[in-house]
Amino acid sequence: MNILVFIKQVPDTTSVEVDPVTGVLKRDGVASKLNPYDLFALEQALTLRGDGNVHVLTMGPPQAEQAVREAIYMGADGGTILSDRKFAGADVLATSMTLAAGVRRLGGYDLILCGKQTTDGDTAQVGPETAEHLGIPHAANVLEITDLSDGHVTVRVNMDESIEMLRLPLPCLLTMDKDVNTPRLPSYKRKLAGTGTVDILSLKDFDDRDETRYGLSGSPTQVERVFPPENHTEQVVWDGEHLGERLYDYLKERKFVRGGV
Amino acid sequence: MAHIAIDADKMTLAEKDALIRICPFSAIRHEGDTLTINAGCKMCRLCVKKYPQFVQLVEESVQGVDKSLWQGVAVYAQLTERGVHPVTTELLGKAKELADVIRQPVYAVLPGHPTDAAARECLRYGADRVYVYDDTCLQNFAVDRYTACLEDFITRVKPCALLFGATSPGRSLAPRVAARFRTGLTADCTKLEMRENTDLVQIRPAFGGNIMAQIVTTRTRPQLCTVRYKIFTAQTPDDHPKGVIVPMALPDGARAGDIEVLHVERKPREVDIAEAEVIVAAGRGVKNQRDLAMLEELAEALGGMLAGTRPMIEAGWLDPRRQIGLSGRTVRPKLIITCGVSGSVQFAAGMRASDTIIAINTDPNASIMSLAHVGIVGDLYEIVPALLKKIREGGGLDV
Repeated sequence: MNILVFIKQVPDTTSVEVDPVTGVLKRDGVASKLNPYDLFALEQALTLRGDGNVHVLTMGPPQAEQAVREAIYMGADGGTILSDRKFAGADVLATSMTLAAGVRRLGGYDLILCGKQTTDGDTAQVGPETAEHLGIPHAANVLEITDLSDGHVTVRVNMDESIEMLRLPLPCLLTMDKDVNTPRLPSYKRKLAGTGTVDILSLKDFDDRDETRYGLSGSPTQVERVFPPENHTEQVVWDGEHLGERLYDYLKERKFVRGGV
Repeated sequence: MAHIAIDADKMTLAEKDALIRICPFSAIRHEGDTLTINAGCKMCRLCVKKYPQFVQLVEESVQGVDKSLWQGVAVYAQLTERGVHPVTTELLGKAKELADVIRQPVYAVLPGHPTDAAARECLRYGADRVYVYDDTCLQNFAVDRYTACLEDFITRVKPCALLFGATSPGRSLAPRVAARFRTGLTADCTKLEMRENTDLVQIRPAFGGNIMAQIVTTRTRPQLCTVRYKIFTAQTPDDHPKGVIVPMALPDGARAGDIEVLHVERKPREVDIAEAEVIVAAGRGVKNQRDLAMLEELAEALGGMLAGTRPMIEAGWLDPRRQIGLSGRTVRPKLIITCGVSGSVQFAAGMRASDTIIAINTDPNASIMSLAHVGIVGDLYEIVPALLKKIREGGGLDV
């Protein structure tokens, strides 16, 4: 079973803020980590690998190598970074086009696994869009892979109010729900041994080199502006003494508590 | 289309370093004597704003679609066992507001089986036309067959925008459709506005931080977005709707999907904080798991439920189903009392639509205070016991 796992390097912080006066982003000290949701996909891939190969794929700057290495220390055989200036400013569509082009270039896979979403984009859309570009079926929010035989995979998927059991032909793409397994820790031995190679592919390596499909040019959505969340207008602040009692009166007045008449 | 151009020749080394440091995504790098922007760029344009003398946004004019050919605001009507999903009625309410701006109709597109009751519900909640794809092969949600139906609908009806509920099926179907039409899809919008030129202004929390992003899809149609349950408000249903139901033929090939639905099991009824009218939310100001009992008691006394922030769930103090926020549930209770919650944007995004927000926090500068209708600067360990004492005393008279 040859498995591709999509991963992403994400900021190890949620402390991005906007300056309310200038409207610009403030963020200091950019520590990065492997998107935590990807760990469940990676663990699933390593469990299913058998005598096959687990290869991780990411789009990002060359520094994303750190995240790819982490996946390799966990047990992936190798990794590829899709990195090119022309990929800058990509939205979901352009990102998924890039990943699909990378998958076509790599070839030879039976299954693609990814986390259900990333902690920075939070859209949960890149996996299914990539599957569409590749012309393969997908299932999102997979809780469990119950069977893998005869060129098909059977999965249980989380559908809010129900759980569906689906059978999909291979190759297909699955996005793994969180907490469906316990991801293994990176191996220090693998780190010391310098296991696994990391390749970088850029636009010139793709079959489809049409620049208008990638990066900002290939992004139908545009971020017009960013701004701090707006706040309510009618607000009061209480401090001082007897706050509990004041709160009781407030709640009683608005009929949230039954109280003495 | 646009790109960022840096005129590095004019810059001193110190200026180059300053520019590199300013990029929150580390996307600007030295390359020989010049500076390059790599794939990390999120187009936040901070560099353009800070160093307009060196960094320019270069707009390239591109031929987009003819927007006049794309008319009407459509909603994907999600079928459940009990008719349409409530998020569908909320989206129809919003679609009506958006469509009124451009004087265009509201459509619902309803694949599934059986659809009769759900189609009528769409009419009552404001759809002018409900396009129905009814076939036994659509009885269970299968993303490939449903995508085929939506593809057929979009090709024939050409709506300018199509809204999806950010439910599990919606989040699987919308990206599939967006990719097929190579158009824009914006996830988890919290605010939508329509421009006269039919561009949909989509606002969502972004970059995983305390930021809202305003996003538009100006070159392609239809414009797709997802919206979570309980963000918008449904219209009062009209018992004598004027809209019509339009039966559609199952498109060729839709029956022969790749994905086989073997079995559907209903999940056991779960704790659902989204249904609660009153919520007491615990945050990091709660020092000990034992202390949650006090908040639980408060929630019970108010006829509500206990919920919490991500750290509460990560610490294992609360069931994950009780998490409020982008990675948890979106709630919209009549009353929410946050106790020791600082108010990250992810948390805020999951509760900001609540009718009344009361925040108890020792820090008057906590972000939650700017959201709260009543910001109580004080110690929850004093306030909550005093409140409970009053409730016990007061409640005793009435029960």
